[in-house]
Amino acid sequence: MSWVLPLPVVLPLLGAALNAALDHVTPRWLHVAVTLAAVAAALAFAILILIYSMSTETLHWFGGWHPRSGVAIGVVFAVDPLGAGFAVLACALTLLALLYSIPYVEVETRNYDMLVSVLCGACCGFALSGDLFNMFVWLELAGVAGYALTGFDIRRMSALQGAVNFAVVNTVGGYFVLIGIGLLYARTGALNLAQIGRTLAGEKSSGLVIIAMTLIVCGFLCKAAIVPFHFWLGDAYAVAPAPVCLIFAGIVTDIGVFGVGRVWFTVFDAPFGTHQRFVGDALLWMGIVTALVGGTMALVQQHLKRLLAFTVVCHIGIMLVGLGLLSSKGVAGAAMMLLGHGIATGGLFLAAGLLAVREPARWTAALWFCGAISLIGPPYIGVYMGHALIDDAAVELGRHWVQPLVWLAGALAGAALLRAGAQVFLGLVDDYDHGIEEDRDGPVPYLGAISALLVAVGLVVSLIPGLTQRVMRGADRFRDRAGYADRVLHGIPMKEGAHLPVVLQPTSTASLAYGCGALAVAVALAAFAVRRPDAARARVFDPVVWPLRQLQTGVVGDYVMWVVVGTAVLGGVWALTLR
Amino acid sequence: MSRQIRIAVLVPALGLFGFLLAWALVGLPHFGDYRGPYGYVLDRVVLPERHMTNVVTAVVFDYRGFDTMGEEFILFAAVVGVVLLLRQGGREEPDRLNDSVGSDGVRIGGTLAVGACVLVSLWLISYGFVTPGGGFQGGAALASSVLLVFLVSSHKAWSGVASDRVLDPFEGVGAGGYVVIGLGALIGGLPFLTNVLGPGSVGTLFSGGSAAFVNWSAGMEVAAANLVLFTEFIDEYVVPLAKGDAAG
Amino acid sequence: MSVLPYLVAGWICVIGLYGIVTSKHLIHLALCLTVTQSSTYVLLLAVGYVKGGGPPIFKGVKLGTTAVDPVVQSLTLTDIVVSVTVLALILALALDVHDELDTMDPDKIVELQG
Repeated sequence: MSWVLPLPVVLPLLGAALNAALDHVTPRWLHVAVTLAAVAAALAFAILILIYSMSTETLHWFGGWHPRSGVAIGVVFAVDPLGAGFAVLACALTLLALLYSIPYVEVETRNYDMLVSVLCGACCGFALSGDLFNMFVWLELAGVAGYALTGFDIRRMSALQGAVNFAVVNTVGGYFVLIGIGLLYARTGALNLAQIGRTLAGEKSSGLVIIAMTLIVCGFLCKAAIVPFHFWLGDAYAVAPAPVCLIFAGIVTDIGVFGVGRVWFTVFDAPFGTHQRFVGDALLWMGIVTALVGGTMALVQQHLKRLLAFTVVCHIGIMLVGLGLLSSKGVAGAAMMLLGHGIATGGLFLAAGLLAVREPARWTAALWFCGAISLIGPPYIGVYMGHALIDDAAVELGRHWVQPLVWLAGALAGAALLRAGAQVFLGLVDDYDHGIEEDRDGPVPYLGAISALLVAVGLVVSLIPGLTQRVMRGADRFRDRAGYADRVLHGIPMKEGAHLPVVLQPTSTASLAYGCGALAVAVALAAFAVRRPDAARARVFDPVVWPLRQLQTGVVGDYVMWVVVGTAVLGGVWALTLR
Repeated sequence: MSRQIRIAVLVPALGLFGFLLAWALVGLPHFGDYRGPYGYVLDRVVLPERHMTNVVTAVVFDYRGFDTMGEEFILFAAVVGVVLLLRQGGREEPDRLNDSVGSDGVRIGGTLAVGACVLVSLWLISYGFVTPGGGFQGGAALASSVLLVFLVSSHKAWSGVASDRVLDPFEGVGAGGYVVIGLGALIGGLPFLTNVLGPGSVGTLFSGGSAAFVNWSAGMEVAAANLVLFTEFIDEYVVPLAKGDAAG
Repeated sequence: MSVLPYLVAGWICVIGLYGIVTSKHLIHLALCLTVTQSSTYVLLLAVGYVKGGGPPIFKGVKLGTTAVDPVVQSLTLTDIVVSVTVLALILALALDVHDELDTMDPDKIVELQG
């Protein structure tokens, strides 16, 4: 069964290469067909892998180079349910983005299709890989494809700005990851995650391991746009074509959080296990600050896609909060959040993309509001389950203040979405400049249907019976370092777990209350923001928002400066607390 | 945020960053004291198992061949991206550019040099498993050898050699070939990219097994990708010159 | 000094970052990114050095002779390819920016702010 593992990565890449080989001689429909076939096949195999990974741990040693007495000499794909789920999501969202792009993107379609398939393959590879350098390669591949796709509208200065900022900040992040890999390699002589973790487990931690962790985590967090590495995202996701934004918001940003989780639970858990609260709390605080900053900045944006970009920042912060709690429930909450947010935000990006085809209509308003509500997360709708699991995990750890802050951030982002929806789609404000020019063509019902599909699935994510239990079991396995090392290095098969029920996961009353409260706060805030005249609005919002807006300068030098500041501060904090 | 403030915040941050980095670097094993098992294991097993005398190329194309596949696609994606970003609607053919190299000595010597460089590049690729070299190095050298055509003759000769219609299929076949070779092993029931042909004899062109094929496909892809990059950037430079020539 | 090569790598990284942040020209910025990347090359290659070791090429050399680590060399190869590709992309973006704005100063590319 392990022969299936490379396929979700290899098939999209092969599709892209085929498109290049067939260039100039084949009509457009053939290019599109090849790309769609490749991604659809990848999706089918990814689903197969997901089903299979629930019961066994599958490994694929590339080139047949199995480990020799605990020393891994080849590259491995070690799949667990969360990784497989990530790959399924990547392929599914890419497929929908490609379908949306068929009428939506009319120029350079061959190059566009090639880059999108490569992006899909890279994200799958990142999720499935068990080798640290291999993860870096897929990170860079996703990055390179992303930079070019962001700058797609080369005639627009904003698109070029977004692409440059995206490229420079993420490349610097990639270098940090590479320096971290070099440090770990020198210390352990291994690139395989399980082997590095096993080697580090036996020794005391040292400055080298602390700084390696800082660099690798900060590098991944640059991709994930966590404060203070988040500035580029508002610029980049505002200007990329809408279907590309779907992939970015749904999967590519989440690579960063997934990467941090993966390296923590396989490598750094070992030397820092006793001090893990310092690591977890740092991530927790960064996540909360990111969520609040994202929500606040979203509230004051006029440009629709930039608003959505800042809501992505908000939700990725919430995901990091879940991860920073370091417990199974926290990780499961982050995963459910990823699923719900990715699908719903993707649908909203596609709905915003519709504005480039024609004037907003009533049914697009309904679409928008449904998406906004699933991102606020009232009981059992949209991202609710993610929030609830994170709440439970925080309470179990005695951190009761996490709950209200996370719900507040979500409410802020939701208010922003509701406000924009009222202003743009319901026409409550005349001459609202939503920043999307009407310069594309396409069959609106078809495009709307794809967007509606995403929004609809996003609404019901928390209602799917049995999903939460399986995600929680996946989170258990994601966190199990010793078991992972046993399976990867020694081939010891994993124990079969008890059969999981297919029921709705119950949640605490506090979560239910917070969910309803968040919806109320979001609606109230949106109403205030829509109706009151500008001066009153400004008096309330400005003291908080003005400094944040000043920091978002758009200049890449400033962004890289913040990357250095953030890495240095985090490194300093961890150097002091983890020794 | 003005430059002064930016630099004022940067310098202390960079100082702290540098200090922490130095603290980590000082904790590394001393220079020359490499301890890890990975390198030692490979140094000992590659020659007997795969009869390849160049361990680095063996690592690149065999033991960690999957990483190399990803890396190849990074180059592929970047080149596609550059073509995407440097597209200009309705680019005119710079036919009227009169930039042929005048000196006979340069033309003749240069043409001979192109031939010699191409041969050396092909040698670098094919003997990659025996002596230093390999697909990436040889491919980059091959691209540079073809670039010599532009330098020693004219843009017209160059665009004849490095045209889109020729290069794109090469790039696709190179990148796709790597994947297809890997899939071939997969279909045969072996893990992806397993080296299937026998190890061959040490120190000859036939060492390396089927990794030699991925070596060639990587070389082809790298050469084609680099040539596409050169074409894109040269055309950015040449088209305004051609317009100037035509005008004046 | 036995850690000097590593400190050199660290220094290159730091000055590369300084160059990126204070750059006034996009091409200079792209080249500073390359400088920062070369710090990773130096670090990786320095990490793999074995005292008294020869290159990991065994043509005409007996098996078992001390050789340096081949893995970091392959990592550096990948690293170089990544560097070239990102450089190419940023240069292409720089050319596009110049077409639109007639300037290459990153501080002037501020279409989206706030």
